[in-house]
Amino acid sequence: MSNIPAELKYVASHEWLRLEADGSVTVGITEHAQELLGDIVFVELPKVGANLAAEEQAGVVESVKAASDVYAPIAGEVLEVNAELEAAPELANSEPYAAGWFFKIKPANAADLDSLLDAAGYAKEIGA
Amino acid sequence: MTAPKRTPLFDAHVAAGAKMVDFAGWEMPIHYGSQLKEHEIVRSDAGMFDVSHMTVIDISGSDAKAWLQQLIANDVAKLPFEGKALYSGMLTEDGTVVDDLIVYLTSYGYRMVVNAGTTDKDLAWMDSHKAGFDVSLNVRRDLAMLAVQGPNAIAKVCAVKPQLADAIQSLKVFQGLPAGDWFFARTGYTGEDGLEIMIPAGEASNFFNELVAAGVAPIGLGARDTLRLEAGMNLYGHDMDETVSPLQAGMGWTIAWEPASRDFIGRKALEAQKAAGVPMKQVGLVLEGRGVLREGQKVVVEGVGEGIITSGTFSPTLKHSIAIARVPAATGADAQVDLRGTLTAVRVVKMPFVRNGKKVFE
Repeated sequence: MSNIPAELKYVASHEWLRLEADGSVTVGITEHAQELLGDIVFVELPKVGANLAAEEQAGVVESVKAASDVYAPIAGEVLEVNAELEAAPELANSEPYAAGWFFKIKPANAADLDSLLDAAGYAKEIGA
Repeated sequence: MTAPKRTPLFDAHVAAGAKMVDFAGWEMPIHYGSQLKEHEIVRSDAGMFDVSHMTVIDISGSDAKAWLQQLIANDVAKLPFEGKALYSGMLTEDGTVVDDLIVYLTSYGYRMVVNAGTTDKDLAWMDSHKAGFDVSLNVRRDLAMLAVQGPNAIAKVCAVKPQLADAIQSLKVFQGLPAGDWFFARTGYTGEDGLEIMIPAGEASNFFNELVAAGVAPIGLGARDTLRLEAGMNLYGHDMDETVSPLQAGMGWTIAWEPASRDFIGRKALEAQKAAGVPMKQVGLVLEGRGVLREGQKVVVEGVGEGIITSGTFSPTLKHSIAIARVPAATGADAQVDLRGTLTAVRVVKMPFVRNGKKVFE
């Protein structure tokens, strides 16, 4: 059974979001997503400073098995990307909710988070 | 829809933590945790694959040799002694590939191993080409098959079967030997040394567990695919099938043209293809930058034409992507691949990519 931390928000395309103390939002892919992908060998991250619309493509994750797009779960400006993940993409497998984060975004509208799935909603979404 | 079939090792896979998937109608292990780790174990130590879904066919009868000489493109007359193995394509009249297979010379005739997904059509094809030959086929569903591969594979099998160690160690590459109801062959699909072992179904689990205890790791189909791709070996249904000539799939070496009098199925079509000029060839592609080459991606060769990737992956040994592609015959050292909408430069190389754990292409 996949780990779905209660304190995070989720979208159906398998990204998670964490609201940080400074108002920024950290984004990654869920444990369920990395299980589906298998061993991850490359990630492509968005450019810092890019303004992304909700559901806009923000990057690519490539596993041995498949390539999959990563989407911006909410609109906002990319503040930071995880350079460590680019160098060690397997972090998205081993620590999807910690060292395997993808990018940080400054939400265009902080209230956008409220409408996203909570852990129970995501668990239902993936049939967990 | 019929339920997927299970090999005699199904319970052993589940007990070993396998993730099981449907493969060609069989419930098979795709990995036991990490495909990359399993790949590395086979390159550096020893791993084992359940290949019981493949089909063993024993061929006997006074016309067995003559029948095989017209059935397959390579020539069983080249097999000099019992146990020796031959790789071949079985072709259509149009000179395309029905299946690829291994055939061993045995005391009673021949033993053939064909792919799982093609078994039904292979057997129907063979049956429809038996008229006039004294030949009988015995499909050995009573056998399981384990491929034990890697630099330490043979030593670890010998540790489990000490009474057979001398015989196993005497095997040359592409050679097999029967031992009672068992059969050991020094063959494989990984580019490493190792054995493919046929086992009475009821003894398979016990042998599997003995090998685990001897330090042989179970390996899933995921790593089997990356290993064979690094070794530059074709996978039926991807790199060739009934729409592709063996001459365009890197299988020219498996066609025995001599003696010219041997009229095997597909020969006339292949001769016509050769006379007309074979327009496409199989090559290896290497992408040293980021990204992964995948089956079905378009290959663009400037000023020459287009081709297609037939198998592609991330190479765990080389840490970059490699692919097998079918490209125009005039393709040189450079090509581009349409990588999710971006034309990306790749190098065209001679395969294999990896042999015995080491990079081998220039």
